[in-house]
Amino acid sequence: MTQLLAPGHRMCAGCGDALATKFALKGAGDRCIVVSPTGCIEVSTTPYPESSWNVPWIHSLFDNAGAVAAGIEWGLKKLGKKEDTTVMVIAGDGATFDIGLQAMSGAFERGHDMVYVCVDNEAYMNTGIQRSGATPYDASTTTSPAGKVSFGNPLPKKNMPAIMADHGSPYVATASIAYAKDAIRKVARAAEIEGPAYIQIHAPCCTGWKFDSSKTVEVGRLAVEAGLWPMYEMIDGRIEKAKKIRDRKPVEEYLRMQGRFKHLFTMEGGEEEIARIQAIADWNAEYYEME
Amino acid sequence: MDRENMSVVDGAYAVAHAVNVCKPDVVAAYPITPQTNIVEHISQFIADGEMDDVSINVESEHSAMSLLVGASSVGARAYSATASQGLVLMSEVLFNVSGMRLPIVVTVVNRAMSAPLSIWNDQQDSISQRDTGWIQLYAEDVQEAADMTAQAFKIAENSNVLLPVMVCMDGFILSHVYEPVVLLEDDLIDEFLPGYSPLAVLDPDNPKTFGAFADPGAYTEFRYLQEVAMKNAIPVIEDAADEFKEVFGRYQGGLIDEYMAEDAEIMIIAMGSVVGTIKEVIPELRAKGVSVGIIKIRSFRPFPAEAIRKAVASAKVIVTLDKNISIGLGEGALFTETKSVIYNSSIRTPVIGFMLGHGGRDIPKARIEQIVMEAGEVMKRGITVESRYADLKEELL
Repeated sequence: MTQLLAPGHRMCAGCGDALATKFALKGAGDRCIVVSPTGCIEVSTTPYPESSWNVPWIHSLFDNAGAVAAGIEWGLKKLGKKEDTTVMVIAGDGATFDIGLQAMSGAFERGHDMVYVCVDNEAYMNTGIQRSGATPYDASTTTSPAGKVSFGNPLPKKNMPAIMADHGSPYVATASIAYAKDAIRKVARAAEIEGPAYIQIHAPCCTGWKFDSSKTVEVGRLAVEAGLWPMYEMIDGRIEKAKKIRDRKPVEEYLRMQGRFKHLFTMEGGEEEIARIQAIADWNAEYYEME
Repeated sequence: MDRENMSVVDGAYAVAHAVNVCKPDVVAAYPITPQTNIVEHISQFIADGEMDDVSINVESEHSAMSLLVGASSVGARAYSATASQGLVLMSEVLFNVSGMRLPIVVTVVNRAMSAPLSIWNDQQDSISQRDTGWIQLYAEDVQEAADMTAQAFKIAENSNVLLPVMVCMDGFILSHVYEPVVLLEDDLIDEFLPGYSPLAVLDPDNPKTFGAFADPGAYTEFRYLQEVAMKNAIPVIEDAADEFKEVFGRYQGGLIDEYMAEDAEIMIIAMGSVVGTIKEVIPELRAKGVSVGIIKIRSFRPFPAEAIRKAVASAKVIVTLDKNISIGLGEGALFTETKSVIYNSSIRTPVIGFMLGHGGRDIPKARIEQIVMEAGEVMKRGITVESRYADLKEELL
């Protein structure tokens, strides 16, 4: 069978985004039209005159994927060609959490039938690892660097799934590239459901998070096992099926694998910061009833 | 003109009606004065079952244009209307639309830019977007704004063009005025405007990549081809006006139109509704022995260089009127562009420019007379001031 994302693209070895994109396509199938805003996936897969995409694909701008997807859906319906076609956005976290939020909010409010997949690698990786609204607390990025008087990003990660669920989305889910079957199943389910569905796939970035490129899946799994990446589905705004974690691992194990958190282990006061991150995981475990 | 077929309607209604007759598949817009009446009329047509349910209310002009990118990419005929801040909010997407060669049509109801906030008319909004790669047409009156809408779709969708089109009409002066017009004839439209047949669409049965990025090895050629398409549009705009005349019996000019221009020594160049005022003044001045005429610019992009060079043959002085200013250059776009197209030819006619009617300031006939008289002085004494505001209130400074 033809690979919907053909090999030969320019994404990094060990790229979490590439895995997430493959899983999204596997879930949605070949009857889909993909919208990608500007980002790693876009620039790595479509240097003119080449393209990795074996499904129809469009890039317009950084900040408008939700509206472009809405136009495709509305246009297909008006032309009587919607039928079994899935309209799917595959976007990074910057395009989703920050600059594209308005267009996405409008699209979800209006209820267009689409699957919006946010491939979350927790910073602007395409432009060189700058902080986004998805960057976790204390991560060092090039615009929230750790330094003598800074532990890195001072703000917590924005809760996008809750924001999209509150738009009245019938289906919201989180997934991870470390759990392939689960991610594929969730995208397939989202594609079946009428209306705007949102799936956020955690996609570790070896380049931006600074870990060995052979460890992508391992890092992704640790985020889940430490309780920092809760995996759940929301049906009509209610959380269902949050993944249970047996023997939850300390966040330290997850943080220690990544250069972006290295300063927490060398700076004075780092222990307190790690304790704060542990508290985030503990809160997650309780709120999502992981244990 | 056939008086029995005329209706007295507001400009927005005439345009909304024309849009309906052109059968767009998707309309997306966001309300902004003085464009609102167009989308309100369209909404009412749909609510009354007189138009297919194609319209969608979006959360910004940026999203309106972005939504049309998606719709046009699957082969839908796509339309929006906006003004001023809304057009400029779209700006990022406007470049994208022309680069992707999507034949979207937008009515721009021209309005001044903030600050200071002004809801009233000038043309700073669309002029500021002149380099976005959109064809820009300017209407003189309501009839032309409506008729131009049909021509715009035909021009945009021509396979040698495939560029988006702005139909610009002056806010309030045209959008809110009630004029007797012939509403675009539904029974004749199919003869003039066939359905849109896109060259390529997003289709799972035939997957294509839209909007790939171009490195320095290919970017220039994409931009060059947009310019080629603009050049291709020159005869297409003329043909659309001629064909429109054949089918509907109305003609308002091609790239330009001329009025008493053939032998005029003082040649006015202007666009938009002020042309109507000027056409009132010209016969009165002619009666007093003043040799004056006007070239009306219908197509600002592509700019009608050849047509202007030909039309100014008799002129001893050219005077441009601009409802916009390039701050830092101190002149309006028509002045700059007119100089740029004539001075590399053998023409050495002096050109002076007046800016006026900004932020909705009224342009009375007396102002036009004063400008023509001042231009007449240039014939005798040469240029003293190249470009200035014609209606500045010194007492407010």
